[in-house]
Amino acid sequence: MLREITIGQYYPADSILHKLDPRVKFLGTIVYIVSLFLVKGFAGYALATVWLAALIILSKVPFKFMVKGMRTIFFVLIITMLFNLFLTPGETIWSFWILKVSKEGIIQAVRMGIRLTYLVIGSSLMTLTTTPNQLTDAMESLFSPLKVVHAPVHEISMMMSIALRFIPILMEETDKIMKAQIARGADFESGNFINRIRNMVPLLVPLFISAFRRANDLALAMEARCYHGGEGRTQMKPLHYAGRDYVAFVLLAAFLAACIVLHIFGGGWI
Amino acid sequence: MLLELKNVSYTYNKDTSFAVNALENINLQISEGEFVGVIGHTGSGKSTLIQHFNGLMKPTDGQVLYMGEDIWQEKYDLQALRSGVGLVFQYPENQLFETDVLTDVMFGPKNQKLSPEECRERAVNALRRVGLKDKYFTASPFDLSGGQKRRVAIAGVLAMNPKVLILDEPTAGLDPHGRDEILGQIRKLRDEMGITIILVSHSMEDVAEYADRLIVVNDGKIAFDDTPKAVFAHYKELEAMGLAAPQITYLMHELKERGLDVDINAVTVSEAKKSIEKALAGRKKH
Ligand SMILES: Nc1ncnc2c1ncn2[C@@H]1O[C@H](COP(=O)(O)OP(=O)(O)OP(=O)(O)O)[C@@H](O)[C@H]1O
Ligand SMILES: [Mg+2]
Repeated sequence: MLREITIGQYYPADSILHKLDPRVKFLGTIVYIVSLFLVKGFAGYALATVWLAALIILSKVPFKFMVKGMRTIFFVLIITMLFNLFLTPGETIWSFWILKVSKEGIIQAVRMGIRLTYLVIGSSLMTLTTTPNQLTDAMESLFSPLKVVHAPVHEISMMMSIALRFIPILMEETDKIMKAQIARGADFESGNFINRIRNMVPLLVPLFISAFRRANDLALAMEARCYHGGEGRTQMKPLHYAGRDYVAFVLLAAFLAACIVLHIFGGGWI
Repeated sequence: MLLELKNVSYTYNKDTSFAVNALENINLQISEGEFVGVIGHTGSGKSTLIQHFNGLMKPTDGQVLYMGEDIWQEKYDLQALRSGVGLVFQYPENQLFETDVLTDVMFGPKNQKLSPEECRERAVNALRRVGLKDKYFTASPFDLSGGQKRRVAIAGVLAMNPKVLILDEPTAGLDPHGRDEILGQIRKLRDEMGITIILVSHSMEDVAEYADRLIVVNDGKIAFDDTPKAVFAHYKELEAMGLAAPQITYLMHELKERGLDVDINAVTVSEAKKSIEKALAGRKKH
């Protein structure tokens, strides 16, 4: 039941996107998100669509997977669109009771819908093609200049990779404990809010105990292998830019430039 | 028929690229009062199989029947099924959560909506049945030893008065003495209370000793379903599946080959002892 969540999940495949340096993908995703809020007009959104479609095809990840990730944010999307639809002031087209729909509202709602959808698909494209470990390595490498101002870059990235590593384990554990308690007649699905929370106790207590135990074991195992923080620590798979990464950077720069141009000169319907 | 599986198949992550066929076309019948051993190598599908018996997993194909009724028909009372078919998971001590042992064991009966006195009585009985001393009843479950926790967890399921008790490797990680004790108590449950037992195990010796029927699972299919003796006669095929017959089987075959007239079907140490003594006595006469 919990396995349904696909945001942040890695999908193994043999594609150029999978092989790309994670730093390129991380920066690329940020550029794409920025561009979504830069572009204006039909041409701009067409460009964003073509770019995304091309990446989806390159990634060799079934489209179904990205749509699945969408399901989780579906409500946020609908609510955002409704707010924009009803609360944007402008030329009223349709009104009912206290609700007013304006032309600007419709445009704004469509725009937000497209942006959010592309944003989620774009960033899930990154997580689907990059293992969590690669991703934290990329972040550590990209943010390492901050070490100059004594930001704990290594510690944060280590915590992140451990946390990411534990998500599937804890989900599996939750699933197991839940089943064991259901077998003892526990009911996690019915009853009112208060009852439901109370019914979670048989799930949460064992889950926390096991999480603490695992954390303890892990700390011990890391210490036993002489982990002593980031100082002088080398990586097993250091990141190196390859030819394709430079090509990707050039394409990315071209895309960003096009978006800026469209931002300045764009217009049109939306 | 108490429990029946008809053409049951189960696929994990169906319709994705991670799909795993864990069970394929399983047909199985279990009648009241049986002591069934389930054996198979790691990842063969044992845990998946037993979770179908109490409706924790829904077969992707096929039917599961409890007392002749399809448990996946509409409006079927799964809660009642789970009272009837108790399932003790692998490492069940990880599910303990209450502040004291007795209250933890009472969790199941409470969910069956029994009165507090009845819950208490059931819990005390169950704990005594699994051989936990009275002085531990008020202890925190987290202060017990591994073997004691295991007993408490088994009692937690037993307290629901199931007709069928399914145990997934109840002796994993226990010392030989604790293992014999727990298995002995499980056998008593069958003999004294008539509870049907399904025991998943990795130990051929254990199932040979305790079960009167043995199901061998191999790659999601049932390879053998017979008495332990009959199954162990196929010890060559078992080896091909990454399993092995009990040590005794090998000894008896070896003795027979070397000319001692022993019963090669002996599967427990005591049976083998008897057979060897008989053969030796027979030899002295000549
Ligand atoms: N949650 C899951 N998601 C995907 N595949 C799974 C899942 N659980 C089990 N499997 C797969 O299904 C198959 C059967 O697993 P199962 O747990 O039933 O084996 P088992 O016989 O109980 O093994 P063991 O003796 O190690 O307990 C294995 O190949 C396993 O990898
Ligand atoms: Mg198992």
